[in-house]
Amino acid sequence: MASETGTSSGQPVDRRLKMVEATMRRYGNEPSALIETLHTVQEAFGYIDEEIMKYVAAVLNVPLSKVYGVATFYHFFNLKPQGKHTCVVCTGTACYIKGAQNLIETIGHETGVKPGETTADRSLSLLTARCLGSCGLAPAVVFDGDVAGRLTPPDVLQRIRGWKEHAS
Amino acid sequence: MHPDELLDLIDKENEARSRWKHTIHICTAAGCLSCRSDALKEAFDKEVAAKGLAEVCAVKGVGCMGTCNAGPMVRIEPGGIHYGPVAPEDVSEIVMSLDGDPISRLLCKESAVFSSRQHKIVLENSGIVDPERIEDYIASGGYTALSTALATMSPSDVIAHVVQSGLRGRGGAGYPTGLKWTTVAKTGSRRKYVVCNADEGDPGAFMDRSVLESDPHRVLEGMAIAAYAVSAFHGYLYVRAEYPLAIKRLAKAIRDAERHGLLGNNICGTTFKFGVQIRLGAGAFVCGEETSLISSIEGNRGAPRPRPPYPAEYGLWGHPTLINNVETFANIPPIIRNGGAWFAKTGTEKSKGTKVFAIAGRVNNTGLIEVPFGITLREIVFDIGGGIPEGRNFKAVQTGGPSGGCIPAEFLDMPVDYESLASVGSILGSGGLIVMDDTSCMVDVAKYFMEFSRSESCGKCLPCRTGTPQMYHILGRISEGGGTRYDVQLLEELCDLLKNTSLCGLGLSAPNPVVSTLRYFKDEYEAHILDKTCPAGVCAMASGRMVRQ
Ligand SMILES: Cc1cc2nc3c(=O)[nH]c(=O)nc-3n(C[C@H](O)[C@H](O)[C@H](O)COP(=O)(O)O)c2cc1C
Ligand code: SF4
Ligand code: FES
Repeated sequence: MASETGTSSGQPVDRRLKMVEATMRRYGNEPSALIETLHTVQEAFGYIDEEIMKYVAAVLNVPLSKVYGVATFYHFFNLKPQGKHTCVVCTGTACYIKGAQNLIETIGHETGVKPGETTADRSLSLLTARCLGSCGLAPAVVFDGDVAGRLTPPDVLQRIRGWKEHAS
Repeated sequence: MHPDELLDLIDKENEARSRWKHTIHICTAAGCLSCRSDALKEAFDKEVAAKGLAEVCAVKGVGCMGTCNAGPMVRIEPGGIHYGPVAPEDVSEIVMSLDGDPISRLLCKESAVFSSRQHKIVLENSGIVDPERIEDYIASGGYTALSTALATMSPSDVIAHVVQSGLRGRGGAGYPTGLKWTTVAKTGSRRKYVVCNADEGDPGAFMDRSVLESDPHRVLEGMAIAAYAVSAFHGYLYVRAEYPLAIKRLAKAIRDAERHGLLGNNICGTTFKFGVQIRLGAGAFVCGEETSLISSIEGNRGAPRPRPPYPAEYGLWGHPTLINNVETFANIPPIIRNGGAWFAKTGTEKSKGTKVFAIAGRVNNTGLIEVPFGITLREIVFDIGGGIPEGRNFKAVQTGGPSGGCIPAEFLDMPVDYESLASVGSILGSGGLIVMDDTSCMVDVAKYFMEFSRSESCGKCLPCRTGTPQMYHILGRISEGGGTRYDVQLLEELCDLLKNTSLCGLGLSAPNPVVSTLRYFKDEYEAHILDKTCPAGVCAMASGRMVRQ
């Protein structure tokens, strides 16, 4: 089963498994429930590992290769544990035109991570998104689920350094 | 809910409304929420209660008012006063001033220009109704189109109105909606599906998001009318997972509509039944393509398949399926309410009605607008959009996202409709408009879109799978100062190849940004290749110059 370290929800494993089971049951354990189930897995555990893929494959009666194929096809699914905090920088057109690249570079300088990576101490994951739909406020970033807009590199640094201070 | 119960509910709502002397509308769509409009609404609630005004003054969370870059937005009725941006510190002053003059310091500068050239059909309720209260939608005339259709019209009457309206699909290709409905209605199958495409994969576009967050019932009503017209009993809303607020509001809207007998069994007291489920996307642009969307709803990887057969005949689990975009469905209730002929009065000869655009990029007023077809790009960018900031010069407007192209200044006076945009090598697409000024490099923009197509290619067919990375590398070489004239020729050949041999729309249209920038901004390519300079100062050239401010 997905190991308990590195996941963000902090709930015990069986509570999280119950969430996953509930989703599968809601769709009658049909193979077509696969994507919805993987969404719940990711929500509950923070990422999707091989153990849980096997479990989902068994319950929904689909080959493991298919579960893996679906989990890797869609950008939204993570196969690796994420950091304690996540920072999703929008790289959609509007944000790109307004300097999203600068934000990514700034975060890279500060933490040493590239998009898609997590810091060695697992404190922060840097991700990118293809448009958050907040283009009017470009450039936009999601900090731990909260969207913030019209950001400059100093704003981003302030948020990230704020996390660090809270941690210590 | 029977039609007369609907009327009773409207009376009750209106009576409640008549008690309010003032209504404070606060935008609770995603844009303003990200500027903490939730805290603002709380502050208003508290202030109104503290001043003992709770009996006469309503505080209402509403959808997007359009002027997203001035958010958080507040509108006071009566008076139609728009304030923005508003901070919690301003709340008590606003409440104090309700009976007096507006506070000029807080007035939203953008709102006047923003509204003058607009014409709202799809967004008629946006910023007015509370998206989380079905009663509010009903009191604004919601679900009357559905109940009227069920009570007084046959499915073919409904389709006749849609055909007469001239409505074309708003998801990109502009296929006539009435024709699509006719095809699905004609198929003999007993099992059919209605699917709403709310994947909105175009980066830079947020029209569908805004409609879903601001007025979710309108989309459900449109879907239910469509289901009645084509005799389908089940529907899916395929929404991208990146839109959590839209998903939450849709889920609530579905529950509320079921509770009021407007979805589910015996809708409006008739024998018609229609149920809707939400399915989440998972961040794959290609899933907006209809066959790939179907495959994704079935729980598979979202790879397209060759058409025909079209989903209208062979869709979800092999059954006839009607797929329309969010905005297409959102146009349906007003068409049924007012008739197809009414709708056809707006717009141009071949493009009827209005279009919602998301305007963003290097322009003063960013946000959401709805304008009649036939308006010029200049009116959109300079009148409504307020022109280019910091005294810079307009360079191009990019329409249609990764499938579209860049339109230069010489076409600013062209009317906006499906055909005109296609005639200059772009497309209307779903309605994202990105304005660019002289700080944008067109080679870089082409490279940006090619990177997008490359990473979103599903890999099923060879031209797209291997062609997009090739094009991306060539553009990369040019932007780094290592390009030759031969590279341009190679690019042109690859564009041609992809356009003629790819399996789905992604590969077929991936060359568009390159073709259009080569056509209108060849001088910029030449500057990169011959002079090894980037006129806009964006690309890292051989000289080591690397400036991006
Ligand atoms: C690669 C690709 C992506 C697409 N993405 C979307 C999308 O995000 N939303 C959408 O409504 N249509 C999208 N479309 C168009 C749909 O395939 C389809 O034409 C549309 O949903 C039909 O609805 P309409 O007739 O109401 O426009 C996309 C097409 C392609 C080829
Ligand atoms: S054109 Fe591209 S996205 Fe479409 S099927 Fe081929 S590889 Fe997949
Ligand atoms: S492009 Fe960044 S939010 Fe749309």
